Amino acid sequence: MEELSLHVLDLMENCLEAGASRIDLEIIEDSARNRLTIRVRDDGRGVDEETLKRMDDPFFTTRTTRHIGLGIPLFKAAARQCNGDLVVTSQPGVATEVLVEFERDHIDRAPLGDIKSTLLSVILSRRRCDLHYVHRVDNRVFEFDTEEMRRALGGIPLGHPRVRAWLEDFLAAGYVGLYGNRFD
Amino acid sequence: MPRLKSLDDLRRLREQVQKDITTRTETGTTIIVGMGTCGIAAGARETMNAILRELRTREIEAHVATVGCIGMCSYEPLVDVEQAGKPRITYGNVTAEKVPRLIETHLISGGVVEEWVVGRLPRE
Repeated sequence: MEELSLHVLDLMENCLEAGASRIDLEIIEDSARNRLTIRVRDDGRGVDEETLKRMDDPFFTTRTTRHIGLGIPLFKAAARQCNGDLVVTSQPGVATEVLVEFERDHIDRAPLGDIKSTLLSVILSRRRCDLHYVHRVDNRVFEFDTEEMRRALGGIPLGHPRVRAWLEDFLAAGYVGLYGNRFD
Repeated sequence: MPRLKSLDDLRRLREQVQKDITTRTETGTTIIVGMGTCGIAAGARETMNAILRELRTREIEAHVATVGCIGMCSYEPLVDVEQAGKPRITYGNVTAEKVPRLIETHLISGGVVEEWVVGRLPRE
């Protein structure tokens, strides 16, 4: 996909599909070590050993609607092209983690892109799930936890139009803090 | 501290919303965007952004939610419009540039863009 943020969205959709109640997303951009690291962790039903071995195969999927499962193979190929890799570990029903690494300045490394929209898509999901997000760019950090937001909101849902408006501003401000007005 | 301030915003919003009886949880319209891998690859996230933009510009209050793959992958991006008392309409191939017409026809004029409909669920 054109932007890494679309792959990240795809991974988080997998977490929702697995019945996760909580997703931990960590993005680390480290210029000194020249690494870009993306970690998606969830508490859904996970992946058994048999399936773990077959996840790299584009013709393998747990979906019943079609025979192609491109998400993981494509993201893995993108990482490998940039001296990186994608590794999945899972303890079914406890924790599942997808760790993706890239050489940050590699010429083939796609931009992270519109991560705000990716986050918003997941926060607006009908499948209720909390998202804990940490994004570090060298020594700057943007972090939030939707569980804290829901507590502050009482019974008002995160999807309420006025909360959504607040969320859009909150995310935009967070990114200005991380990147200034530069774009990746 | 920015984070504490943000949560205070939410607590204040909570008070405002609870007082405002006309803006209850149920605004009557929910727009649902398919966000499975098929949807993402077809540009569903940009469709979602176009919907959010259009709602903001026209100052329409409607819920927007995302769901996973429902199996009609060749018709992605799929957008459902759910409105109280009306059948649920599923629109297919809704790329971002089609959104203004969809919002105009369905939410403002109260009609349906027939040529884009791929599914219709009557109210029970």
